Amino acid sequence: MLELIIFSTLNGLLYGLLLFLLASGLTLIFSMMGVLNFAHASFYMLGAYFGFQISLYVGFWPGLILAPLLVGGIGALVERYGLRTVHKHGHVAELLFTFGLAFMIEELVQMVWGKVPVDYRVPDLLNFSAFTLFSTTYPAFRMFMLITSVVVFLGLLLLLTRTRVGLIIRAALTHPNMVGMLGHNVPLVFMLVFGVGCGLAALAGVIAGPALVTQPAMAASLGPILFVVVVVGGLGSLQGAFIAALLIGLVQTFAVAINVSVADVLAPLGITLTRDSIGGDLWMATVAQVAPIIPYLLLVLVLIFRPKGLMGYRET
Amino acid sequence: MSEIVNKNGYWMQWVLAALTLIALPYVFSSGASLTMMCLMGFAIIFSLSYNMLLGQTGILSFGHAVYYGMGGFMTAHALNVIAAGKLPIPLPVMPLIGGLAGLFFAMLFGWVSTKRAGTAFSMISLGIGELVAACSLILRGFFGGEGGISTSRTETMKFFGMNFGPQIQVYYLIAAWCLVCIAAMYLFTRTPLGRMCNAVRDNPERAEFVGYSTQMVRFIAFCASGFFAGVAGGLSAIHYEIVTSSVIGAGPSGYVLLMSYIGGVSFFIGPIIGAVLMTALQISLSDYTGAWMLYVGLMFVMVVMFAPGGLAGLLLMHKPMLMRGTLRRLLPAYGLAVVPVLMVTAGGVLVVETCYHLLVKSSEGTTMNVLWLQYDAKSPWAWSAIVALFVAGGMALRKLSPFVAEAFHDAVKQAQSKGAQ
Repeated sequence: MLELIIFSTLNGLLYGLLLFLLASGLTLIFSMMGVLNFAHASFYMLGAYFGFQISLYVGFWPGLILAPLLVGGIGALVERYGLRTVHKHGHVAELLFTFGLAFMIEELVQMVWGKVPVDYRVPDLLNFSAFTLFSTTYPAFRMFMLITSVVVFLGLLLLLTRTRVGLIIRAALTHPNMVGMLGHNVPLVFMLVFGVGCGLAALAGVIAGPALVTQPAMAASLGPILFVVVVVGGLGSLQGAFIAALLIGLVQTFAVAINVSVADVLAPLGITLTRDSIGGDLWMATVAQVAPIIPYLLLVLVLIFRPKGLMGYRET
Repeated sequence: MSEIVNKNGYWMQWVLAALTLIALPYVFSSGASLTMMCLMGFAIIFSLSYNMLLGQTGILSFGHAVYYGMGGFMTAHALNVIAAGKLPIPLPVMPLIGGLAGLFFAMLFGWVSTKRAGTAFSMISLGIGELVAACSLILRGFFGGEGGISTSRTETMKFFGMNFGPQIQVYYLIAAWCLVCIAAMYLFTRTPLGRMCNAVRDNPERAEFVGYSTQMVRFIAFCASGFFAGVAGGLSAIHYEIVTSSVIGAGPSGYVLLMSYIGGVSFFIGPIIGAVLMTALQISLSDYTGAWMLYVGLMFVMVVMFAPGGLAGLLLMHKPMLMRGTLRRLLPAYGLAVVPVLMVTAGGVLVVETCYHLLVKSSEGTTMNVLWLQYDAKSPWAWSAIVALFVAGGMALRKLSPFVAEAFHDAVKQAQSKGAQ
């Protein structure tokens, strides 16, 4: 039991931090430009695939740097030549544009790398177990992921709170017009934030690719969860996104580990439920099976009861 | 259509549409085209129902397939129950059960989601869509797990001697429902409620000031839309005789958005054009190229970026000129522009096809065919020809576009001055 708790906590933290890497860019872009970037998870996927492709030629480590830079550049171009063109048609058009982009990226990735998962390997340098606890080993690469995520989080926090650039970005989050009036190039700030956000997503992709599965469906399965993180955390709030990401990471990881259904809980009380009783399948579903639903339930509940999210200061 | 005041002309349109639907199987009588027209039938209902939300009420849903799918599942279950109990209910009323199921779930989920508008609504709809899709894997009894729910349309009571075994009978069933639903949805846009939907879309604040609850208007529009989506789902269940949980997921929800938007959401006729075109493309293109979804995505992004009115918008832009007879002034400009447009399109298609061949079908060698063209996918000559085609077309288009725009504005001005006389 203790073993389960420790490992689930570690994995949950890891998953949560990974979610945060993605959600941080998304929430900044969303609150700054009002654009819910549907393609954000697609940039994460692109990061993983670029990392894989680069690792084939020069190994994992250059890919860790190059893939996020490349994807960040693509992101900046998308903002400059795509989103800015669509901007005049309103927010719905922007949302639709990113939706179409996500659709196209998935098709392109399927075309270039095929529909089956690619063999993205953990680098040899980190291919050992970090520690053994209760006869279960924990891979060093996961520790590396954990550390990278924490370092990026701290770096982002310092950048936003301690530097002049961070000051301008934070100001542009709430008062873009005023920042523009003061002589700052707000469109450039937007482009940079969009690029950096995409780059962060790609970084998450590079470090998650070898540990999870690098496949064309990875964007579509992660994308909706990211929205949940952003909304639950509250718009534009990095701290909120951090808490929400960890919360969802932990909840999902623990839920997957629990193999108990309503029928199992009620059985000791003398109530037997089978698949044939009223609402049959509902009672037989284990918590592990229900795990994929939990984030979306959370999303719907938060949007109804606390539209500001955990730490947000304005309504979604 | 709003300009038709003449009552007879108004009725004539619907009579003409009905006659066309009756005549179509005689023109396109092959089995494949009959199936395609059936698919178009429920695609039209589905995308029109989607447009009740996006085009008319201005709310963007990412989970509309939930109501389509629930309509399908309920219809399939109802068909099975009727067949088992030998109940005296004929097949043609079955889509109504799908519609009621769609309505029920739209009321249930709409009560939650229509409290909010804009991006929040979009996200709730996405969440609900994912929720239901995830549920479909848990509630195996209702959704049938991997295999789905299969049913048979021929087991019900005979309807005027028809048992709906042959595809042609199913076609007429779908066509009849399609016409009724189009008429109903069109009439909905003419009611005061339909007008209020437009008001809520254009200026929700002012609609509130006038005394309407925007939330209520959104809710009613959402329910009506769910009903028609359910009807479409029911028809698809009757056509395929099987419903799987894949119809309920994010894929179909996204597809109906693509379909409606490419057709044009600002016009009633837009989603019809989109549904017909996309279904035809889906069936015909997927035979020729494996990259057809990429073309759909490209088309969608192009429409979003350059023609927010969709195909219907592009067509109807020319209506005043057609009415006043100044359209032929545009012909020279369009005739000139057609060449670079074709060049760019051909270049783009060749790039995609050649890449697709090299990446996906590399095992078949580098020689490839596009239509009647045969070339070596790796030859630098082919590549430079393709790129030259694309670039030259693009540059010519850039040069020509001010000229075409000027011709267009001239024609519009003339049409206006003729109209003023």
